[in-house]
Amino acid sequence: MFGLDKKDTSLLIIVAALTMLAPFLLNPFPAESAMAQFNAGYPDLMQRFVIFGIFAIGFNILFGLTGYLSFGHAAFLGVGSYSAVWMFKLLSMNVVPAILLSVVVAGVFALLIGFVSLRRSGIYFSILTLAFAQMSFNLAYSVLTPITNGETGLQLTLNDPRVLGVSSTADGSIPVTNLFGAEMRATYELALGPWNFQFNTGYYLSAILMLLSFYLAIRIFRSPFGMMLRAVKSNQTRMNYTGLNSRPYALAAFVISGMYAGLAGGLMASMDPLAGAERMQWTASGEVVLMTILGGAGTLIGPVLGAGFIKYFENIFSKINESILHKWFAFMPDGLEDTLIALVYPFIGKGWHLTLGILFMLVVIFLPGGLVEGGQRIGRLFRRKKSDEKSDKSSQSTPAE
Amino acid sequence: MDAIILQILNGLDKGSAYALIALGLTLIFGTLGVVNFAHGALFMIGAFCAVTLSRILNLSFEIVDESRTDFLGNPLKFKTTYIETWLGPEMGGTIIEWAVPLAILFSIPIMIAIGFIMERGLIKHFYKRPHADQILVTFGLAIVLQEIIKYFYGANPIPTPAPSALTGSLDFGELLGFQANAVIYPYWRLVYFVFAALIIGGVFAFLQFTTFGMVVRAGMADRETVGLLGINIDRRFTIMFGIAAAVAGLAGVMYAPINSPNYHMGMDFLVLSFVVVVVGGMGSLPGAVLAGFLLGILESFASMNEVKSIFPGIDQIVIYLVAIIILLTRPRGLMGRKGVMED
Repeated sequence: MFGLDKKDTSLLIIVAALTMLAPFLLNPFPAESAMAQFNAGYPDLMQRFVIFGIFAIGFNILFGLTGYLSFGHAAFLGVGSYSAVWMFKLLSMNVVPAILLSVVVAGVFALLIGFVSLRRSGIYFSILTLAFAQMSFNLAYSVLTPITNGETGLQLTLNDPRVLGVSSTADGSIPVTNLFGAEMRATYELALGPWNFQFNTGYYLSAILMLLSFYLAIRIFRSPFGMMLRAVKSNQTRMNYTGLNSRPYALAAFVISGMYAGLAGGLMASMDPLAGAERMQWTASGEVVLMTILGGAGTLIGPVLGAGFIKYFENIFSKINESILHKWFAFMPDGLEDTLIALVYPFIGKGWHLTLGILFMLVVIFLPGGLVEGGQRIGRLFRRKKSDEKSDKSSQSTPAE
Repeated sequence: MDAIILQILNGLDKGSAYALIALGLTLIFGTLGVVNFAHGALFMIGAFCAVTLSRILNLSFEIVDESRTDFLGNPLKFKTTYIETWLGPEMGGTIIEWAVPLAILFSIPIMIAIGFIMERGLIKHFYKRPHADQILVTFGLAIVLQEIIKYFYGANPIPTPAPSALTGSLDFGELLGFQANAVIYPYWRLVYFVFAALIIGGVFAFLQFTTFGMVVRAGMADRETVGLLGINIDRRFTIMFGIAAAVAGLAGVMYAPINSPNYHMGMDFLVLSFVVVVVGGMGSLPGAVLAGFLLGILESFASMNEVKSIFPGIDQIVIYLVAIIILLTRPRGLMGRKGVMED
């Protein structure tokens, strides 16, 4: 289906089902129960899942396929956000032109930066992209204040022209972002017994766009172009000797992944119409690197998994505080309870980044293929046990990507 | 003229910090071939060594003075530090005041130990893996170290003053014959510059004039041959890693009074130090030092109002701009050797 083979089609269908049913799946606990804090089925967080999913898928096209480790990808996300907000300010509150412009602007920006950075490879490429991203960040903070509104961040005001829309609504407030009238923040709540499911327009728009980008990524991975990108990663010298110039391919991958980042940035601004320079900082670029590696670089589903994993635990972990821990461990004897809490406490709440850092190091050291490889190893372990009597050939599974 | 001298002086202290960190980075890269993203964290840990020592020295207990009473008639309580009771108020007070310089002695063993543990426990396993993996794992380590410090010391910067004898400013202009107050330079920054120069000189002398240094230099040039000669080059490189960590730590200790230590200061310096290393030339020690000072001075020149009025915002980006130009026109950096990481 859609020009994909059977395995990829089923992967796409599974991902589609998961994203479409996410409001149910992420809300497994009744609203009143003690476990409700583990629910992730509220619009704000679900939107972040899919938007960062897009960002990570795009980053993976560059890093996973060509092996070029960019440490400045957040710059494209930031540029995308700025252009979307400008579109809201000048044209209309419809998200379509905003998202289109953010993709185009990020693509042009990526073309410029990529053209220069891709002259070098390896660690120099990482440092060049880092330098460009920091430059953009510093400029957005200082000189470009007329465009970026500096430290405050770019926001909508009542005086914006909005040529195709209205400057302010009838009751004198700033109009909201919409898709041909469907408001992005509109949420339909469905109460089923003790459960409370939320369906958000913005989430579904982002989810559909993520599915589209995921589909595109599969096509790129399976195309001859994708093979070329893999060749860039595995042996560039040999590629040159074969008479192929690797730079156009790497540049194309760079621009594509920059456009993905721009799409993510545009969506981010569509959900919440403001843009700040901190989105471009290199720690933000580091985050997408973490997501991709944690999920599994070079695999299709890995980056999406990594983005979901990090965003979920970031939200859930940082909500847990000391009193909640006391509630959990209340059944234990006092001395043991206090020691346990003292041991666990540094890793939760504000200490979430510590957990993330340790996890990331463990993945890089022991599981270079990320969560996907971990899942495959566990799967192989079980399959081997089952098919002990069968021949060795059947137990060898092709790695699912 | 005086404005130019002032900018050069201003650039020197930041340049010294860049040069020290870049020196350590280059030592590690030149010997072990590892790109260490956690080097900024070592700088930050050094600064927190100064904080820790000044806290240890300020440990205090309460004394109840029965002879004096407050306005309610209760005996007056006041705090005294242990060190003042042991060594007398005068000696103890001096020691507390000189906490930051004393932290140099305190930090050297700590930093060397951290360096050893890092190299033996983690970096050792990454020699054969691609540079991207090395960057990633040390980046993770940097996050972990930073968060540990944040857990123990909080997120706010901790002011760590220099000894009051060194807090004033030197009127540099008067010394050179300009009018008074034209070129004023804080003593501590002067101390920092001299200190950095001493450390850099020390490292170079160590590499140039000792047998150990000679072996290390030989190992940097051709690791395999040195190994074939029956020398355990790995152990020497581990020691060099410890020394590089100590250099970064010392740079951090002395930087604490200039900028109050906070948990992310390492990351802020790391990005710039990498740029410095690249400009200087990967693997070239003199290049790292030269580029550190050059970029520090360039940065302070760019922040002059006269320059800013011509190129607005140039002070924010000048270092990156220089790095981009250098990388594209002269890939091996200012003083890089031919064939070292040139691709």
